[in-house]
Order: sequence, then C-alpha cells, then structure tokens
Amino acid sequence: MHNRVRETGGRLVRMVKRDEIGRGKALAIRAAALLCAMAVGTLLIVALGHQPLAVYMEMLNGSLGSRTVLTETVKIALPLIFCGIAISIAFRMRFWNIGAEGQLLMGGIAATYVALFHYQHLPRPALLLVMALAALAAGALWGLIPALFKARWGTNETLFTLMLNYIALGYIRYLQTGTWRDPRMRGFPKIASFDLSARLPNVLGVHVGWIVMLALVVLAYLYLTRTKSGFEISVVGQSQPTASYIGMNVSRIVMRTMAISGALAGLAGYFQVAGVNYTLTETTAGGIGFTAITVAWLAKLNPILIVPVAFFIAILEKGAGKIQTTFKIPASAADVLTGIILFFMLGCEFFLQYRLIFRAGRKETL
Amino acid sequence: MDTLMNLFGAAVLAGTPLLLGMLGEILTQKSGHLNLGLEGTMYMGAAMSLAGAYYYEQWVTAAGGAASGFVACLFATGAAFLIGVLASLLYCFLTATLRADQNVTGLVLAIFGTGFGNFFGELMGIGAGGYVTVGAATKAAFANPAFPSLAALPVVGKLLFGYNWMVYLGVAVALAMAWFLNHTRAGLNLRAVGENPATADAAGIHVTKYKYAATCIGGGISALGGMYISMVNTGGVWVHDCVSGKGWIAVALVIFATWSPARGLFCALIFGGLSIMRMYVPVPGLPMEIYELLPYVATVLVLIFTSIRQSREHAQPRACGTNYFREER
Repeated sequence: MHNRVRETGGRLVRMVKRDEIGRGKALAIRAAALLCAMAVGTLLIVALGHQPLAVYMEMLNGSLGSRTVLTETVKIALPLIFCGIAISIAFRMRFWNIGAEGQLLMGGIAATYVALFHYQHLPRPALLLVMALAALAAGALWGLIPALFKARWGTNETLFTLMLNYIALGYIRYLQTGTWRDPRMRGFPKIASFDLSARLPNVLGVHVGWIVMLALVVLAYLYLTRTKSGFEISVVGQSQPTASYIGMNVSRIVMRTMAISGALAGLAGYFQVAGVNYTLTETTAGGIGFTAITVAWLAKLNPILIVPVAFFIAILEKGAGKIQTTFKIPASAADVLTGIILFFMLGCEFFLQYRLIFRAGRKETL
Repeated sequence: MDTLMNLFGAAVLAGTPLLLGMLGEILTQKSGHLNLGLEGTMYMGAAMSLAGAYYYEQWVTAAGGAASGFVACLFATGAAFLIGVLASLLYCFLTATLRADQNVTGLVLAIFGTGFGNFFGELMGIGAGGYVTVGAATKAAFANPAFPSLAALPVVGKLLFGYNWMVYLGVAVALAMAWFLNHTRAGLNLRAVGENPATADAAGIHVTKYKYAATCIGGGISALGGMYISMVNTGGVWVHDCVSGKGWIAVALVIFATWSPARGLFCALIFGGLSIMRMYVPVPGLPMEIYELLPYVATVLVLIFTSIRQSREHAQPRACGTNYFREER
C-alpha cells in the first residue's frame, strides 16, 4: 500500500511535514507505539499457547517480587545505565560505537590485573581506586583506537568497534586458559576470585556502583547539555562540514568523545568484576554492550531517561529468566520483545515528523 | 601439498556462509541501503531453515512416510529465504517508507534477529524434549558432495567437486549477480538508484520499487548464509549463538570485495581460510585463543587498509546510508 502512496504522489494518502508537534501529542504517539509493541508481544505469547496476563505477572513477580530478586534486577540495570550513557555520548555525535561490550571487557581486564597482582601492595581504598582508574584508562584506549582511524581516514567505526569486541573476548579466553589461570582450579580454566580487599562494599544490598551511577547520570546530563564540549558533540553529530566550517577541530572532538565513551563502558566493567562477579569470565559482559544500545536509543540518548529505560529492560531480562523456568519460554524472549518495542519506536518517529492526509476531506488544511 | 589441499577445501566450506551473507548485502547496498542487520537476518535464516527441515520431517514421519533429504533441503531453503525477505521488508519499510535512520534500523534488526534466532532455536529444542536435530537423510543431503561421480576424479575431483550443494549455490548466485549488475538494464537501473536516486527518479526509474526489490531479495540471499551455518556447520542442530559474528564479518567483506560479487568469491575464500587456518597450519608459540582471532584482526586490517586507500571506481554506492526523500530534492 505504501508503494502506491509514494507512486501516486499522495492521491490516496499524502504525507505532510509537521511544523512542530506539541509535547502531549508526541508523548501520545510514543505511548501508542509502545502499546502496539506490547500487543504484538502479547500475540506472540498467545501463539505459544500461554496466558499473557499470567506470563506478564510472573515476569513482574520474578523481577520485583522480593528483596532478593529486586537487588538482582538492580544489578542488571546498573551496567546497562553506564554503557547506555557511554553509547549515548557517542551516538549523539553519530559515531556508531557498538563496541561498548569490548570496552567494558577491557575495563574488566585492567581492573582484574590490578586486583590479582597488586592487591597486597595497596591499602583497600587505594586498591579499589587504582582498579577503577585502570578500568577507565583501558576502556578509553579501546574506544580511542577506532576513533583515531575514523578521524584520520574515515575508517568505518561500526565494524571496527564490533571487531574489537571479539578481540577483547578472545583475549579473556586466552588469559583464563593461559597466564591468568587459577592453579588451584586444577584442570578447569578459570581466573581466580578476587581477594576480599579488592571487592566493592555493598550499600543496601547492592555494590556502591549505584551511588556512582546517580552522580554520573547528573554529570553526563550537564556535560551534554550545558558545556562547550557537549555542544560540540551535538554540532559534529548534526553536520561535520558545519562543525569544521565554524572552526571546530572535528578530529579532536571525535577522539575525545570516544575516549570518554570507552572510559564509561570500562567503568561498567570495573563494577561488574569488583562488585558483582569478583572475578573475570567470558560472560562478564554477556551482551550488556548490545542491550545498552537498545537502552540508549529508547531513552532518546538522554542520560536521565536512561535510568527508567534501563530498569524497564532489566525487568524484562530478569522476568524472562523467570518465565523460562515457570513456562519453559526461552529467556531470549526478552531480546525478541525489546526488538519489537524498538521497531515500533523507530517507526513512530515518522509520525512525529509527518502527518498523513487522506483523500476524503481537509484538503485546505495544507 | 596435502595440507594445502585440505586447507583449500576447508576454506571453501568455511567461506560459503560469509559469501552468501556478503552477496545479499552487496545487492542491498547497491540500492543505496546499508543494512547492518545482516547478523540478525542470518540468525533468522539459520533458525527458520532448521525449523523448515525439522517440521517437514516430523510431518512426514507422523504421516507414516520416510523423510526425503531433497525435500527437506527445499523446505529449509524456502523457509530461510522467506524469513530473510520478511526481515528485509521490515527494514526497508522502516527506512525507505518511514524514513528511519539506516544505521539504527540495521542495529535494531541485528539485535532483534539474534534474539529471534536463539528464541526459536531453543523453543524447538524444548518442543523436541532437549535439543532439536534433523534426521540422517537431511544431514547427508546437506553434508555430502553434490556431484559424487565427479568428486571421484583424481586431484581435481576433490578440489572442485567435493563440496555440498550450497557451495555451488553460493558460486552460482555470485556469478548471476555479477552478470545482473553489469549486463542487464535492471542492474544498471539499480546501480543508478544506489548512486543517485534523485537522478534515477528523474530518468523515470521507480526508485522505491528497486529499493524494495533489492533489499528483500538481498535479505533472502543473506538468510541462506544463516541456513548454511545451522544446516552444514552445526549439522542440523541448533547451537546457541551459532552465527557468532559471521554476519558482521560479511558486512566488512562487502567493503573488502569493493561491492563486486565476482571479487567477493575470492574474499570469502580468503576469510574462510583465515577462520580455519589454525587447524591446518600450526604456528609454534601462538596460543590457540589468539589464533582464533585471526579473522577479526584481518577484518580490522582490511577496514583500515581500504579506508586509507580509497579509490574512486571501487567505492561504496554514493547514496548508501542516506534515505531518499522525493519531496526534499
């Protein structure tokens, strides 16, 4: 049908660009899109032969129902928020950093190195601080490499950052079977658990990362909306020629922004190894870097909105784990559901910018 | 010499999913659409082809017959192609008609497709009571040489005719696509759409129709690459996360092949070789875990090299990545 619309130049339906759209109306369109997505998800559950309401209730119950599962859900949301902010900063510049996964892992590797080999040399606060700094530096480096080539030669950053994910993951595999292998584990290739002094303390049942997260959300928001650097990011994102024309050093901005983006993802890796797993494994990242793309995009690249969106996705993920055991629905259902939501959100952007006019009536409103 | 021949044979087998994925993406990009969702499309193709073959077998067995490997191949191919077309239809609807950003839409398709593939792969496993696997006839149909009599020839037999039918399908698609793009009017029109849609539109070419056709057929071909992974590489068993980045490597290979299906044959062969070299050419002192990273490192090097040495004739279709709005000409 849409083909016909384009072809006939709008004889049946015309699309007209909106001048601007009220906040209420924009919100209503997005809410409608979300409802449509949920409806499709519900259809999927029905098609699988389950009671949708029962499945949704079980998801909520399994992610928010008790103090234990609630802390687990928070622990899923935290790295999503860190990586979501990291990705937003890059995406605002239209630099498609899909390497948050690898940057997180490099941060984890650096923090683990300090924790495993220097825990006896430093007092606990200093040790935890040095681990964090190492993670920030390693993440920044892993983000800087593709930015360097992008700035100098325009090398495709999407594929570059993605390949670096696999390389970081392979390096961990090498470390755990090779030089960092825990000799006490006999034949099983595994990196040793951290010394107690290298583990982050818990506050209210969750590692202190959540306090850092709250500060970071505000800082990132201020950085992106109230500082010169944040403005530069937006300009480069809108139009690189414009940015160069008004005298901005685009290469420097690209590299600086990607270093920050990578560092934040690296910080997420630090909290994963020092606050959640107390060791480094192949599954330390476990797709966080990819899910965070979803989070960043649904939050419209706004650091404040990232918090509720990340919790929403965390509830979906944790809940999907629960329905796998109760209803035997594979946990990948969470990815399918978020994918459906994303598709609808992408599609609804069109209706925020254009309105459709049908042939019957209102011709003069143009 | 024996090692070299074995390496060549294994490289062909490992390169075919990359080839099919890449060919689909070349066709897509020729229409001016960068579909980063290739990884997702391949996952969907992998899961659906397995479903096609598996449910066909179940159906025939329930009816009291014996499943034929040939028919199972048909069902698997049909299912994979169809899901690839549908996935790309969604992508094309969002980008060409609803004007969503191509990069983001592609990323979403990659995320969604990965979830979709794993979801249905596991769902079939749960339904089958453990894990899903196809019967011996289907396995043989996908694994055995397509030309057994020719394969028995000395030397050249094994080297040229010892592969399963999907390898020849990949080569045939590559040659057909090269011919289509360079020697037919429709191919010329398609290239015009990808280079400059406004000019093509003014010349009376139906831009939207070409975009839909190219992305959808391209998606179908890419999905066949996913089918190769689930039906040949893993032998008709669903393995969680089986595509594991092959789709992304295929996107990078499009750049390496400089948007030419014929050159793509060699690129896929090289990368197939790189991904299995560790089993044939041991390098003393190099740990296996690092050796495994060879294709990814090579991809990075190719990206860097091609971006430094940009050439005018071998460039990406100029309109690739930006949507065409007729009203904003």
